Amino acid sequence: MTIQDPAVKETLLSVEGVDTYYGSIHILQKLSLEIKTGELVCLLGGNACGKSTTLKTILGLVPARTGSIHFAGIDVTKKSTPDRIKLGMAVVPENRRLFAPMTVLENLQIGAYVRGDPDPADLDRVMTLFPKLAERRHQLAGTLSGGEQQMVAVGRALMSRPRLLLMDEPSMGLAPRLVEQSFEMIAELHRDGVSMLLVEQNANMALSVADRGYVLQTGRIVLTGPASELSSHDELRRAYLGR
Amino acid sequence: MDTPQTSAEDSAGRAEVVLGIGTDEWVARHNERLIVDSGPLARLKDTASKIPNLVRWLLVLLIAVAVPLGTSNPYIMRVGVNLGLFILLSYGLNIVVGYAGLLDLGYAAFYGFGAYAYALVSSDQLGHHWKTYISVPIIVVATALLGFLVSLPSRRLMGDYLAIVTLFFGQVFVQVVLSSDSITFPWATDSIDITGGSNGIPALDPFVLFGHKFLNAKDYYWLLLAIIVILTLTITRINRTRIGRAWRTIREDSLAAQAMGISINRLKFMAFIVGAALAGLAGTILSAVQGAVFVNGFDLPLLTLVYAAIILGGSGSLPGAVMGAIVMSLLPEFLRVPSYSEILFFVVLILVIGAMRRSIKSFAITLLGIFVTGIIVRGIFLSLSVKSLPRDEWATGVIGRFLSHWLFVPNNRLLWGNASFVLLIALIAYLTQASPTIKRILLPVAAFLGIFLWEVRLIQQPSTTRQLIIGTMLIVLMVTKPQGFLGKARVEVL
Ligand SMILES: Nc1ncnc2c1ncn2[C@@H]1O[C@H](COP(=O)(O)OP(=O)(O)OP(=O)(O)O)[C@@H](O)[C@H]1O
Ligand SMILES: [Mg+2]
Repeated sequence: MTIQDPAVKETLLSVEGVDTYYGSIHILQKLSLEIKTGELVCLLGGNACGKSTTLKTILGLVPARTGSIHFAGIDVTKKSTPDRIKLGMAVVPENRRLFAPMTVLENLQIGAYVRGDPDPADLDRVMTLFPKLAERRHQLAGTLSGGEQQMVAVGRALMSRPRLLLMDEPSMGLAPRLVEQSFEMIAELHRDGVSMLLVEQNANMALSVADRGYVLQTGRIVLTGPASELSSHDELRRAYLGR
Repeated sequence: MDTPQTSAEDSAGRAEVVLGIGTDEWVARHNERLIVDSGPLARLKDTASKIPNLVRWLLVLLIAVAVPLGTSNPYIMRVGVNLGLFILLSYGLNIVVGYAGLLDLGYAAFYGFGAYAYALVSSDQLGHHWKTYISVPIIVVATALLGFLVSLPSRRLMGDYLAIVTLFFGQVFVQVVLSSDSITFPWATDSIDITGGSNGIPALDPFVLFGHKFLNAKDYYWLLLAIIVILTLTITRINRTRIGRAWRTIREDSLAAQAMGISINRLKFMAFIVGAALAGLAGTILSAVQGAVFVNGFDLPLLTLVYAAIILGGSGSLPGAVMGAIVMSLLPEFLRVPSYSEILFFVVLILVIGAMRRSIKSFAITLLGIFVTGIIVRGIFLSLSVKSLPRDEWATGVIGRFLSHWLFVPNNRLLWGNASFVLLIALIAYLTQASPTIKRILLPVAAFLGIFLWEVRLIQQPSTTRQLIIGTMLIVLMVTKPQGFLGKARVEVL
C-alpha cells in the first residue's frame, strides 16, 4: 500500500510520435502518451478508433513504423513482445483469450512464464483476490462463465508481478454488478501501487478510478488531462458520457 | 423467498449466497447437466473411465512385460518390436503435432536418416564399426541437428510453409538415398557406393550394450520397452512444467502465448528438434533389429500411418498415442490374413451402420433392407441369366460361406467388381448430400454394394483392403468422435 507523492513519480512508459499500420491502413497517427509509476491512466474512445491497436503497439504485437517507445528507461521500440513482457509489462487482452483446454491453475501458471517457475506466494495472492478461482482451479478455463474468465485473465496478468498492467476492456460482457466489482478491483490494485493503462468504453466508470485519461479519435489523441477535468469536459460529456 | 423466482432480483440475490461472485446457477451446475448416455455400452464406458490413469498405464505395462516372458515366438516378438518403434515414432510426432501444433510432413525421413546413419557406421559398407553406445547418441544428436537445419528455412514455422518444406525434404531424402550408390567426389577418381541405392545396406552389426550382444528381436523388445517407459515418465513430467505448458499454449493461441512472454519460435524449434531426435533413435533400432536397411518404409505410407495413429488416439494425448500406435501397427498384421480381415470388414460395416442408425429398430430395418436388396439383385442376375461363380471359388472365409446362400457372385468377377466399385462411390457421394429420407432408403443398397464388392474382389486383395479399411475407420472416427478416442474435446472460448 504505497501511495507515492505525485511530485516524485517517474515515467514508466512513454510513447512518442508513433504511427501504426495494418498493411496499408494507417491506424495510429503520431500518437504520444505517458504513464508514470503508480499511475492509473485510462484510454477512452469510440469503436474502432485504435484503442486495442495502441495496446498492441505498446506490447510490440504490431510494429510501430515511426516514433519510439520507452519502458522503464529502456528503448523497446525494436524489441520483441516476449522481451517486453520480460521487462515487466502484462496484458489482459480484449476478449480475455484464455487457453481454453487448460485448467484455471495452468492458465495462472502460464502468466508467470517469464518469471520462471510460478511463485506460490503470487498464486496465493491471486487466489485471495479471486476466491472463486481457488475453488475452480482444476476446471478447464474454456468452461468458466464470462465473469470467471475475466478473473482468470486478470489473475494471469498479475502472476508475472507486472510493473505495468495493460487492460483492454476488462468489463466487457459483464453484468452491471460485476462491472462495478471489477472496477473496485482495479481501484484496489491501483491502491496497491500497480501502474495501469486501462482501455474502456465505459468512460464514466473508467474516469471514476483513473488519475488521468487520454481520449482517442480515429487514431489521434484529441484530449488529455486529469480524470476529474475530463469528466467535467463538455464535449467529452456529450460524446461519451451520455450526460 | 419461499416461492422460486418471485422476482429477478430475488433469484439473483439467492444465487449469490449459494454460488458466490461471478457465477450464475447455469454455469455452476454444469456438471449435473452433462449428457449421460444410457445402455450397457455407456455403463461399461463409465466404469472404465473411473479407473485412474496410473492403473491403466500399469495394466498396459504388465501385458507388455508378460508377453516376452510367456513366448519366444520370433514372429510375435518382431510384431512387438514394430509396435515399440511405432510408439516411439508416435511419441515424437505427438510432441511436434500434438503439443506444438506443427505440421511436419518430413517426419518419416528423420526415421530413415537415423536408420541409414546407423547402417553406415555399423557395416562393411564404408568399413566403420562403431560401438553402439557411441554411434546411437551421436546419431540422435545428428538427427536433431538435421531437424534444426530443415526447420531453418521456414523460420517462423508457420503452418503451410513448414508443411511444404518438410514434405519436400522427405522426398529429397528418398531421392538422395536412391541415387547415392555411385558418387564421385571431386578429389577421388573412383565412384563410391554409399547407400547401396535400391538394394539397401545389408549385414549390419547388432547392438552391443553393457557387454550384451543383442541376438534376437526379444532383446530389442526389452530395450524399446525400457526406452518407452522412460520417455512416458519424462514426457508426462515435461507436460507439467513451464515448457510443457508453453508448448500447449502455442497450439491453442500463439498470439496470446506471445503476450504471456513466450518466445514461440524458440519453443517450436525445440518441439521440432525433439521430434526429429526421437525419430532418429527409432531409426537406429530399426536398422539394428532388421540387420539391414532399405529405403522403402521411410516414405508417405509410414507417415500416413503414424499420423493416423496420433489422430486416432487423440492428438496431444500420450495414452492416445500408445493406443493409436497399437491399432495402427497391429491392424495391418491382422489384415494380412484374409479370413481375419473378412471378420474385421463386417465388424466395421456393422459399426458404421450402427453409428448412422442409432435406434435398434431402424438398425434392424436397415439389416432387413440389405437382405432384401440381396434377394432382388439375385433375382435380377438370374433373370438376365448371368452365370454364377461356383461357391468354392469365392467363399473362402467363414462369413463368405455363410452368405453364399444369399449372395450372388457372378462369373466375371473382375467386371462386376469394378462396376460395383464405381457405383458404390457414386452412391456414397450422392448420399452425403441426400435428404434423410433418401438416406434411409439407400443406406441398405450402399451397404449391400459394399458387401458385394468385398466378397467379389476386395477379399482377394489384402493390400488394397488394408488401406480401405483403415481409411474407413478414420472417417467413421472423424464423424463420431472428432477429438480422437482419448483426446479432450476442444472447448472454445467465445
Ligand atoms: N489485424 C488487422 N488488420 C487490419 N485492420 C485491423 C486489424 N486489427 C484492427 N484493424 C482495424 O483497425 C481499426 C482499429 O482497431 P482497434 O482494434 O484498435 O479498435 P478499438 O479502438 O480497440 O475498438 P473497440 O472499442 O471496438 O475494441 C479498426 O478499424 C479495425 O478494423
Ligand atoms: Mg478494442
